[in-house]
Amino acid sequence: MDMKRDYYEDIELFQSNTVFFWTVVLMACLFTLPLYVESYNIYLVNIILVHVIMAVGLNILVGYTGQISLGHAGFFAIGAYGTALISMHLHMPFVVSLIASGLIAAFFGFILGLPALRLEGPYLAIATLGFGLTIMHVIGRWEVFGGRMGITVPPLDMGVPGTPLSFVIEGDVKIYYLILVITILMVICARNLMKTRLGRAFVAIRDDDVAAEVMGVNLTVYKTLSFAVSAFYAGIAGGLYGYVVSFFDPFTFNLILSIIFLVMVVVGGLGSILGSVLGASLITYLQFDLLKNVEELPYLGDLLVLVSRKWLTVIGLANFSSIALGVIMICIVIFEPLGMFGIWIRIKKYWKTWPF
Amino acid sequence: MAHVRVENLSISFGGIKAVDDVSFEVEDNTIFSIIGPNGSGKTTIFNMISGIYRPDSGRVTLDGEDLVGKRPDKIAKKGIARTFQNIQLFTNATVMDNIMLGRHIHMKTGVLGGAFMWGRSSPTAKEEVKNREIVEHIIDFLDLQSVRDQFVGNLPYGKRKLVELGRALALEPKVLLLDEPSAGMNTEEKDDLRIWIKDIQEDYRVTILLIEHDMNMVMGISDRILAINQGVKIVEGKPSEVQKHPEVIAAYLGEED
Repeated sequence: MDMKRDYYEDIELFQSNTVFFWTVVLMACLFTLPLYVESYNIYLVNIILVHVIMAVGLNILVGYTGQISLGHAGFFAIGAYGTALISMHLHMPFVVSLIASGLIAAFFGFILGLPALRLEGPYLAIATLGFGLTIMHVIGRWEVFGGRMGITVPPLDMGVPGTPLSFVIEGDVKIYYLILVITILMVICARNLMKTRLGRAFVAIRDDDVAAEVMGVNLTVYKTLSFAVSAFYAGIAGGLYGYVVSFFDPFTFNLILSIIFLVMVVVGGLGSILGSVLGASLITYLQFDLLKNVEELPYLGDLLVLVSRKWLTVIGLANFSSIALGVIMICIVIFEPLGMFGIWIRIKKYWKTWPF
Repeated sequence: MAHVRVENLSISFGGIKAVDDVSFEVEDNTIFSIIGPNGSGKTTIFNMISGIYRPDSGRVTLDGEDLVGKRPDKIAKKGIARTFQNIQLFTNATVMDNIMLGRHIHMKTGVLGGAFMWGRSSPTAKEEVKNREIVEHIIDFLDLQSVRDQFVGNLPYGKRKLVELGRALALEPKVLLLDEPSAGMNTEEKDDLRIWIKDIQEDYRVTILLIEHDMNMVMGISDRILAINQGVKIVEGKPSEVQKHPEVIAAYLGEED
């Protein structure tokens, strides 16, 4: 075990050389991924990375501050539409439009945070649910947003579009590198933020808001701040999502999406950044890829498809996805309330004293 | 300097007068105890001083500044810290993080500063380290080193009481409100606590308001005592005076028929 020698080591990013080593290994793997993974899977990894940003942001609100939100697909939509429209109509470079739409989402987050000062639990859930649905329908009715037909996202341009400074990034692999860097940046920022007085204030509000207030935490400021930061993350994730899928319509951002985001956070582990990363990866994989692989399993795959065709739906295993998600959630909540982060902690403890 | 004055404080809940026209004055750097049977309104007085309840009438002043109507976090920033009767800690955080929250008002880090805490030379990291050092002194002072990194939810009752005291101390208060700090402690822990409270008063120069049922402790360390019963002030004075007062004896031991 490493002995701590000064106070900074408590908040250091890499708490030991072992952690540093494995982080470097992981980074090396991530940055060389396109060399040995086929293109469709890179597309899937891009979606996973976007969801990681989303889940980390939502966890700041739900896991750390203890405020529920069923409307995060709304912020996701604001980010996606904001980024696409700003670069399309205002001819702004990618980074500017992404950050701008993140800030717009953060502003809406702040607005939604105001009723949260008075609402708790189920009431807050309904208020945020209303927000998510409203955003979806408003966008669907507005011609600027492409209406119900959806919009095609303009090419991802690092320079100024339509001028000689234009520098277009195309293809899943190039976009992968861009998203990877942004994701790493966002995750580290979130982790840092949670180690400072802001993170502690959020946790204080979650565990005991009266005590937090008596210790000098301004509830109005910190609750709305939590919503704003969380919405900013959702906005950035949405902006990137637009470039990954390159086409979307208002109904992409429906209630189910908000719930899936919440599932990622709960399955990953409430109040843990690492957990959100794990949860987002697992749930996205399950949703997009697992079922396809299951269908190809010998014997079992055919059997499941048969059962599914007979009792559930004519299109393969589609409904099984929801069932699998539901079962996983129930198991996690019953057996490991800390989610995948809790499982990780257990593994770590076990190996610490291995082989005794 | 920390001079607390409470004037004609009253509050009622649904027609029941919980605190009725109570006045008292606490001199700088003294220990002032409030005693009375259960439900006599002691904690309600604390809740009004720290801003959780708003009194129906009356004034609370700290060094001449009126505190009534201010939010609890504003009152904390004026230098009033408190502990709670039923322990209100952040159970899913470590002892260290709980006490660090007491430093909240002394730190300035914002969203961007916090997010970009890259390396130990960043301003945020410096501020964090400086404040962790202060908290470490409090942990030393209250003998909490052994549980420093444990989650508060796993600690025994007596230790939690100390963590709460530490959290209040980290705020560097001018006035400290202690609501039954010795409840749930054994004799040994109570003796330690008594010494610590005295130390806090003398070394940290803090004015202390104390609600306590342990009469040995109250009589031993208080400079002045206020006795209340059913929200009404019975008597205020030196420990020896209060101890002899017939109404105090009646309230505590019951009257003879």
